[in-house]
Amino acid sequence: MSIFEGALVYLNDPVNWTKRNGILELLGEHLTIAGLSLLIGMLIALPLGIWLGHTGRGGGFAVALSNVSRAVPTLAILTILAVTPLGFTIWAPVIALTIFAIPPILANTYVGFREVDRDVIEAARAMGMDTRDLVVKAELPLAMPLIMTGIRTAGVQVVATATLAALLAGGTLGRLIRSGFGTQDYGVVLAGALLVALLAVLTEVVLAVLGWVLTPGQKQIPFAGLFGRRGSGSRGGPSVAKLPVGEVARPVT
Amino acid sequence: MLAIDDAPNPWIDFGYLADNWDRILPYLGQHVRLTLISVLIGTAIALPLAVLARRVRFFAAPILGLSTLLYTIPSLAMFAFIAPFTGLSPTTVIIGLVLYSLVILVRNFLAGLQAVPGDVREAARGMGYGPSRMFFKVELPLALPAFMTGLRVATVSTVALVTVGVIVGQGGLGQLIIVEGFRRNYFRAPILIGTVLCVLLALVLDQVLAYTERRLTPWTKRST
Repeated sequence: MSIFEGALVYLNDPVNWTKRNGILELLGEHLTIAGLSLLIGMLIALPLGIWLGHTGRGGGFAVALSNVSRAVPTLAILTILAVTPLGFTIWAPVIALTIFAIPPILANTYVGFREVDRDVIEAARAMGMDTRDLVVKAELPLAMPLIMTGIRTAGVQVVATATLAALLAGGTLGRLIRSGFGTQDYGVVLAGALLVALLAVLTEVVLAVLGWVLTPGQKQIPFAGLFGRRGSGSRGGPSVAKLPVGEVARPVT
Repeated sequence: MLAIDDAPNPWIDFGYLADNWDRILPYLGQHVRLTLISVLIGTAIALPLAVLARRVRFFAAPILGLSTLLYTIPSLAMFAFIAPFTGLSPTTVIIGLVLYSLVILVRNFLAGLQAVPGDVREAARGMGYGPSRMFFKVELPLALPAFMTGLRVATVSTVALVTVGVIVGQGGLGQLIIVEGFRRNYFRAPILIGTVLCVLLALVLDQVLAYTERRLTPWTKRST
């Protein structure tokens, strides 16, 4: 039996999905950990990013944080939290993942607010908008594409990093890969890898579509850059140079 | 509560560091080796790819699209895809790391090449520069800052990623963190030392590349 057949046979057996510590249970914990981390990350990073971006303060801090976070191995932070008293609770991976969800959201929100045309802000002020209206009705909609990019980046990041939690105490989908290696059953390894990769790609797609839906006004169809000739959007297309290359990007995990 | 919980398990233990230096050093060595090999191979592949994508516009979208997809795949899954073919060897880790570094490098290399002003190329052509002289004397130097930015990001990311190689037993300092620390009764000292060494290694390599960039492009402003 080839490895591919092994993977297919494993995935085709309903028992492997429904049993205790089966795929569904692991998927549940995977999504719980990733979802909680993204949510907490957003609750911290969005207000902070909006405030920093609106006032124009601490930009160096936001971007530097996103750069430094790249140098810190996610696995190391996961391990450090796993050997604290929180170790065997769900909070150890959640806190670790939140740490890595914050920088992309913070940096993108900051940049999104900073890149709002100064004339627009002046016009909004002249129309009599107070600060709250200015932020909510003028700056926020214009910064939306980049904010959603940050959230998407963080989302893919937490889903990817949640996989690594299985190397420690976490019962996420990475558990399949780990136990496959443990029993030298490469069929299970491949099955786990397929599920994890699929989940990550799905997360990317869902969050991209969500970003598209939430962005008001003119917008680019998600992933058009992958197929189109020359999109003017912020990703995929050959116009990469416009982004602050490598500054707001996601560290791989 | 286990008895082990009462045993001292400090985060910072210089005694451990002093006693086990000869155990730690090989892990650090492997980490450096895996990082450098992967980034070098990645650069060697990324440069022609970026040039191809620049010359033949048709290739740009597929190359960038494919690399976006690659970047989305979590590293543990990536190594798991490769391991059935190459086993528990450093090759598995290197192939995965090369693929990730390609994503960053191709994007930055391409961005650098695309940012070369058309006027400059026109002027060079008018002065009689052929395609290869144009590339080496005009385009490459002008694209160098973007190249080096990509190289720095790729190197720093790779240092962090090597740790995940622990899944195939080739994780450099990841071995120290997981095998010597976590799996040995949650021994904290090696976990912290491994983490600190990882971050230090990333910062040192980043600074070395930043220095190299300044030496290679003396005409640019010293902003970093």
